[in-house]
Amino acid sequence: MKFSIRSVLSQAMQGQTGWKPQWRNPEPRAEYDAIVVGGGGHGLACAYYLASRYGLHNIAVIEKSLVGSGNVGRNTTIVRSNYLLPGNIPFYETSLKLWEGLEQEINYNAMVSQRGVLNLFHSDGQRDVAIRRGNAMRLHGVHAELLSRDEVRARHPFLDYDNARFPIMGGLLQQRGGTVRHDAVAWGYARAADKLGVDILQNCELTGLRIEGGRVLGAETSRGYIAARKIGLSVAGNSSRVAAMAGMRLPVESHVLTAFVSEGIKPLLHSVITFGAGHFYISQSDKGGLVFGASVDGYNSYAQRGNLPCVEDTCEEAMALMPALGRLRMLRSWGGIMDMTMDGSPIIDRTPVEGLYLNGGWCIGGFKATPAAGLCLAHLMARDEPHEVARAYRLDRFATGRLLDETGGGTNMALH
Amino acid sequence: MRLTCPFCGNRSIAEFSYYGDATLTRPGSNAEQSAWVDYVYMRDNPAGPHSEFWYHEAACRQVLRVERDTRTHTILSVQTA
Repeated sequence: MKFSIRSVLSQAMQGQTGWKPQWRNPEPRAEYDAIVVGGGGHGLACAYYLASRYGLHNIAVIEKSLVGSGNVGRNTTIVRSNYLLPGNIPFYETSLKLWEGLEQEINYNAMVSQRGVLNLFHSDGQRDVAIRRGNAMRLHGVHAELLSRDEVRARHPFLDYDNARFPIMGGLLQQRGGTVRHDAVAWGYARAADKLGVDILQNCELTGLRIEGGRVLGAETSRGYIAARKIGLSVAGNSSRVAAMAGMRLPVESHVLTAFVSEGIKPLLHSVITFGAGHFYISQSDKGGLVFGASVDGYNSYAQRGNLPCVEDTCEEAMALMPALGRLRMLRSWGGIMDMTMDGSPIIDRTPVEGLYLNGGWCIGGFKATPAAGLCLAHLMARDEPHEVARAYRLDRFATGRLLDETGGGTNMALH
Repeated sequence: MRLTCPFCGNRSIAEFSYYGDATLTRPGSNAEQSAWVDYVYMRDNPAGPHSEFWYHEAACRQVLRVERDTRTHTILSVQTA
């Protein structure tokens, strides 16, 4: 069923009784042309683009739980393309452009809201870095604006401008950045992929990969063996575990990142704001809750929950930026497992096993990349060559020295 | 999460810094480049018991070798490194 004003009105007339499930729940076939492992945003987007742009139709997405129950439903929903390195900007800009056309393309309300992403700076040095980043973006055709302290103050009067340690001196604004309703991204891609014939196999966990003579033949799953000559891995925090099934070690550690939401309040924050003196980002959801987060806890974890020092640290940063937050109660916090690479940038590449492709290492920034990561993995699987905007995301760059370290953090996960 | 330091007793994790995977062995100075790539970048990253270094920065400044389950954050053992 196509969503339109007509379908909404006709459902209203019949008491909302005519809505159908958004995608089928098929039995696995014995063989597919391609399998995407992981029914999160990236995996579902990949399946959708394989079917819609690369002409493959015999495709399955296998997901160990329910669609969208991993990081796509656990993030802080921010989208942006305000990167610094030439290997990153075109990729994230491709992603932002796909976000801009996504809802029309898949006929699904993902609540894409280009409310702006404002990165604050608090010292002369940080201002220079912000100018450099803004210039790098503009050289790549991505708009960025430098706001003075007064311009920031006119937009967001409630921030702590005269904080003794971290006075706000201005900010770098990407107005096209913003937020997207994260669950709707998974549901929308799932529905659109299903419509093009993709089988979405839920509660179907990958248990092994059948490999012979250096070539992948199929996937062992909790719902039986499924043959496929092409398998794409898109499993976020579990990248290392799945890669180990193919005998690979990755330049990846899994870490827990915690997100937070406050009680709902009337509209206060009308863009995404990041605090430059630490690592903290905050926006307001359409339900009214303030959604915020900071850095990873900093130790290997698969637990999907963080520890209290991280909560304390995040709240301290919140108070340094927006003292009024101290009057709000925090409703919930929850963790997601990030596959942190050793340079803070992702991997979309072939693996040493023929027919096996890896999309992973998204660190703490995978959500904004969802459409482009799906598109680039689909391109790689269909054509067996990298998409032009994902050429830098090679698996072997750690051996060749072509690292993509946006923050200069090295192999310390807590610094990315 | 709390660690029982052999020198200081049971302390909050906030006193410690994480120094990462304790199973890595530094290659010899004339080792192949691939051995260095493995050492610097590649990790087993297990879901389950993990051997790792923690530095007790805010107290005794000793580096500890901790066995911890990465699925549950259960501390299995703490020793001097």
